[in-house]
Amino acid sequence: MDSSRRRVLQLLGLSSLALTAKPVFNAFAKEQAHAEKTEPVIKESEKALKAKQWAMVIDTREFHSEEDLKPLIAVCDKIHNVPHLANKRHEIKWIWGAPYHNTFPDKAGRFLSEEVEHKPFLVLCNHCENPPCVRACPTKATFKRESDGIVLMDFHRCIGCRFCMAACPFGARSFNYRDPRPFIVKIDKNFPTRMKGVVEKCNFCSERLAVGQLPACVEAAEGKLHFGDLYDPESEVRELIKTNYTIRRKQQLGTEPSVYYIV
Amino acid sequence: MLELAIKGSKKYYGWMAFLLVIVGVGFLLYLKQLDFGLGITGLSRDTSWGFYIANFTFLVGVAAGGVMVVLPYYLHDYKAYGKVTILGEFLAIASVLMCVTFILVDLGQPMRILNVFLYPSPRSVLFWDTIVLNGYLFLNIIIGWNVLEAERNGVHYQKWLKPLIYISIPWAVSIHTVTAYLYCGLPGRGFWMTAILAPRFLSSAFAAGPALLILLCLIIRRLTDFDPGREQIQSLAKTVAYAICINVFFFLCEVFVSFYSNIPDHMDHIKYLFVGLQGHGAYVPWMWASFGLMIVGIILTVNPSTRKNEGVLAVACVAIFAGTWIDKGLGMIAGGFTPSPLHEINEYIPSIPEIMIALGVWALGFLVLTALYKIAVGVKEEVHG
Repeated sequence: MDSSRRRVLQLLGLSSLALTAKPVFNAFAKEQAHAEKTEPVIKESEKALKAKQWAMVIDTREFHSEEDLKPLIAVCDKIHNVPHLANKRHEIKWIWGAPYHNTFPDKAGRFLSEEVEHKPFLVLCNHCENPPCVRACPTKATFKRESDGIVLMDFHRCIGCRFCMAACPFGARSFNYRDPRPFIVKIDKNFPTRMKGVVEKCNFCSERLAVGQLPACVEAAEGKLHFGDLYDPESEVRELIKTNYTIRRKQQLGTEPSVYYIV
Repeated sequence: MLELAIKGSKKYYGWMAFLLVIVGVGFLLYLKQLDFGLGITGLSRDTSWGFYIANFTFLVGVAAGGVMVVLPYYLHDYKAYGKVTILGEFLAIASVLMCVTFILVDLGQPMRILNVFLYPSPRSVLFWDTIVLNGYLFLNIIIGWNVLEAERNGVHYQKWLKPLIYISIPWAVSIHTVTAYLYCGLPGRGFWMTAILAPRFLSSAFAAGPALLILLCLIIRRLTDFDPGREQIQSLAKTVAYAICINVFFFLCEVFVSFYSNIPDHMDHIKYLFVGLQGHGAYVPWMWASFGLMIVGIILTVNPSTRKNEGVLAVACVAIFAGTWIDKGLGMIAGGFTPSPLHEINEYIPSIPEIMIALGVWALGFLVLTALYKIAVGVKEEVHG
């Protein structure tokens, strides 16, 4: 090889290395960059509901059968364009019912009452305070919103690696194994539909909170679900946690789920 | 040196064409997957990683296994390996290439892959895995190519390569360690959540990689004028013997901890794989076959009389390669996902298109490997022949 060609190749190699390395350095240098850059401001609605960490309390004593859960699940599926796929492998689920020993596999005692053994428990994303899914994501497509602790998804950034699904100890995440749009009963234009190849999950109705509405399931539950700020000592959820015996799913893993169950 | 890869016998072209056909079939099916989505695989909501990621994990091991010839040669000055280090390095290149391709075909939105660099997330192990894998690929390309070129020209390789060579040794360990960390740091996945996962990965890697290398050496001796050498093959065989023993030992440690502690979260996955759980047991025959193959491998490689017989050694290497592949390429991933976090069992069985796409990736790797080995052997024949 003559030396000038080698020189050019070396330069090309070095410059491509520099190009790929730049965003990495940017990430590490972000702290300093903050001071100079002006962040874009998103105007908030005056009606927006705010909290340090949104939390949900589910009063399981009030739910007795699939029938009781149905309206909650239906309204969520409807407003979030959750598709209904017949193939169980491709299912998309945001909120659903599961038996006691599946919801709380670590707490599944034997000889439970007939009722507890057979009735379904509501399960959904726990919006953990230490979410393992957020740690796992290689693109920050899933992130914990600092302003209110909701674990959100950016459907447009997700590369579909499904590391978050392996990381979630609650099976709360679903992957679009195929184009979901043909399987949406009626598309609601107020919420984005997803494309194939991305992960999705419950978002605690962040789009409703932004305009002053409680999550759709909470509204549909007519008082059986409670929603509020975990860090406001005066909030309803805090009062319920204080005055009732509550459990959370897989507490021992230290993810600090924000969904509490009164049992 | 590239010209050596395009001048070959009819047999060489025939083999390359055969591989290209398999790559082509895999590619066509991949186009189908791009169009339909990952739904054409056997993956599900519960088992969200499968055959692709399992093969990726196994091949990271094969890539790391190359260090078992590099380390004795460069660190211990074990001269005999001078003849075969290039084979280890080129095997690493082809393996990492397969790894990267397996990651690509596993992505739901592969065209967004650059998001990993645009939004780097140092808290994600996948971010580090990308770095160590690509780094290892470049290290091996630079080292392998330059050392071989120097050999061809009859000069000593460039001085600046030495630090890179030294770095490449711990780097090989790092690629499989970081790959194990993808799994073992996840809360709520009892099967993977063990500090011994990275050591276990490494031990199976140092068995599978050199075992494949021995087989490749035997093939090269038969097909070309270059003889990698009896001593070299025997030394590699001892490495394989130690590594496969350690691998089985680590697995038994795992079994003891899980079953003596009697913690269901840890036991259930092993039960599912080896005896079946709640009536589901698709992997049971495979896992016992894997265990049996590894035991056969131990007997044949530890025993000097069988190890020294190259025909028997070849059988042992095939057994070890197949056994470790089933262990890591089938059981490790499916077993970790079953039962699911909600303790449900939805068995994962790879689909036909999924297997064909995976075969295409393997064929692509062997295509590159054949071309690289053609170059390496060509140079060796020139210099020594």
